Amino acid sequence: MCQNCNLDEKEKKLQEVLNKHKDTKGALIPVLHEAQEIYGYLPLSVQEIVANALGLPLSEVYGVVTFYTQFSLYPKGQYKIQVCLGTACYVKGSSSILDELKKQLGIEVGQCTKDGKFSLDACRCVGACGLAPVMMINEDVYGTLVASDVANILKKY
Amino acid sequence: MNLLNVTIDGIKIQVPEGTTVLDAARLANVDIPTLCYLKDVNEIGACRMCLVDVGAKALQTACVYPCSEGLNVVTNSPKIRDIRKATLELILSNHDRRCLTCIRNQNCELQALADKLNVREISYDGVPKGLPLDNISKSIVRDNNKCILCRRCIAACNKIQTVGAINVMERGYETIVSTADHRSIADVNCVNCGQCINVCPVGALYEKDNTQVVWDAIKDPDKYVIIQTAPSVRAGIGEEFGYPIGTPVTGKMVGAIKKLGFDKVFDTDTAADLTIMEEGTEFINRLNNNGKLPLITSCSPGWIKFCEHEFPDFIDNLSSCKSPQQMFGALIKSYYAEKNNIDPSKIFVVSVMPCTAKKFESDRDEMEKDVDISITSRELARMIREAGIDFRSVEDAQFDNPLGEATGAGVIFGATGGVMEAALRTVYYILEGKRINELDVKPIRGTQGIKEATIKITGIDVNVCAVSGLGNARKVLNMIKSGEKNYHFIEIMACPGGCVNGGGQPIVPAKIRNRIDVRAERAKALYSEDMRATYRNSDENEFVQKFYKEYAEKPGSHKAHELLHTHYVKRDRYIATK
Repeated sequence: MCQNCNLDEKEKKLQEVLNKHKDTKGALIPVLHEAQEIYGYLPLSVQEIVANALGLPLSEVYGVVTFYTQFSLYPKGQYKIQVCLGTACYVKGSSSILDELKKQLGIEVGQCTKDGKFSLDACRCVGACGLAPVMMINEDVYGTLVASDVANILKKY
Repeated sequence: MNLLNVTIDGIKIQVPEGTTVLDAARLANVDIPTLCYLKDVNEIGACRMCLVDVGAKALQTACVYPCSEGLNVVTNSPKIRDIRKATLELILSNHDRRCLTCIRNQNCELQALADKLNVREISYDGVPKGLPLDNISKSIVRDNNKCILCRRCIAACNKIQTVGAINVMERGYETIVSTADHRSIADVNCVNCGQCINVCPVGALYEKDNTQVVWDAIKDPDKYVIIQTAPSVRAGIGEEFGYPIGTPVTGKMVGAIKKLGFDKVFDTDTAADLTIMEEGTEFINRLNNNGKLPLITSCSPGWIKFCEHEFPDFIDNLSSCKSPQQMFGALIKSYYAEKNNIDPSKIFVVSVMPCTAKKFESDRDEMEKDVDISITSRELARMIREAGIDFRSVEDAQFDNPLGEATGAGVIFGATGGVMEAALRTVYYILEGKRINELDVKPIRGTQGIKEATIKITGIDVNVCAVSGLGNARKVLNMIKSGEKNYHFIEIMACPGGCVNGGGQPIVPAKIRNRIDVRAERAKALYSEDMRATYRNSDENEFVQKFYKEYAEKPGSHKAHELLHTHYVKRDRYIATK
């Protein structure tokens, strides 16, 4: 399927979602969830379509999208990296792991590398405090990390 | 209504059901400190300054806590004072505390509160926000380093005006009042009304200051600098010099301006009279020739931009008349220049407006620099202070002639319903050959957001409506769309109460706004001037009559259109640059 047909398809699906929720009060969050399922993320252009259909200011939609961590302004990568910034991991220095990842990948938290391979997010407690500091790449868990481990781990993908 | 017995700091009082602890305390003359609270605008209990003990496990915010029968409230105790102080210190910890050079120095609610709560030291060293200044807009500057996240501006923009240019973005430490995509306020659907500025307790929002541009023009010997002042300025600027709200200070204002060094001091009201001649003629033409109705007034640039973003279907309903500010400039640089043998390219027109959107308007491409620079009432006050003028002891002076003699109709332009009333006075006269009965237009006076009247003119029941506040404008336009309402003529002003409550007027702290209807008080000043005026109908303005006789032939003529009319553009709903 060509890129454009794909886009049209997505917009058609979004339209269906909007038609379903248009007249429901408080529909913004469910709509954003479904929109993110369709597009994989919530670029401004999609937020504009949602705001228009629901009769909301774009600023309100953008405010909600940037408040909840499950919404993303950027596409996710093939490999989703999540660094735990929960209390235990934070105390054990997970922010230095995060900084190293930013440096290695050249992106900020919430963003995705240009080739679409890696995306980087911070998360709260993955339930492996004994292994602090912890990060996950898709389903793989890496624990008791130090910043110098990062480069080698990335090479595996 | 049920009355409740409550005790506030040992004082027993009765209050109606639904009264908050804060309002009950005011009735008992007990002062509870507030910061984010602004009556009818922002009542969300966010800042925690009004915490009181209502006998519950935790302290409660008085501004939203409802009274109940037998409630016993303690508003001040060592524990409460400590908690309030600590909260305020936390708010101050990452606030940009360069108060000396702040635009709101000595007029800052945060500064006043820190003093009131006797905060002399800040125990917490917050990380400075280090955020960039957003000063791209022609009208409004945003400094998020000063912002304390009280959300009053958001309430004004979203709840009152239904513009929704700003909201809270991000979360936690990154929480910020911003626009969609963190664009400049100039690049989104902001209409420049400045209501956010009027409610900001600190210096996070203010007008783009143009005072230096004006000083430079005055200093330039090659420039012939003419200043015009809008009607509402005289009803508000006294507050900057300690006069009670609603004191008309026209004479002192003119006297003070004359000391600043302008070549001529004129009254925008004359241009308002001219607007009425053009707009009234436009209305009569549309009424008689099946033109697009309702005709909607175009004096308020905040409303115009709102219409362009949100209701582009109504652009053809807008009067093509330039606003009085712009008509004034156009008149000065053509007719006046010609008559007085002044090279128009040397004329520099300054306008003093109660409005921040006027800065944007004067810069619009459609306006061809009729007005060179626009300043607010606040900026004029600053210039007067800077020049060392003791406003209160200035001798009353009169506007220069010939553009100083306006009618009462021109003066009431500053209050909601005023433009409509002025237009009806003249339209009725032209069509009926006699003056309108003032009682017939009474329903469109007053500060309510939506006012209606039906007036019989040449056998037709003419339905008119005066609207102020963009939230109300949205309501009315939607009712017209759905067919629920049918009007011939609508006046819309962007700011609640009209220009007297414009985004460029002196800032009234929440403490006073919570008690007094500022809009009504300032409007009174205008209507009292109207009552005292020799002429009260725009068609009686001698200068305007002469202008048509000597220059523009008649209202609505080809020449008048060239000079005094304009057009509008459809804009994207959300994003300004597209």
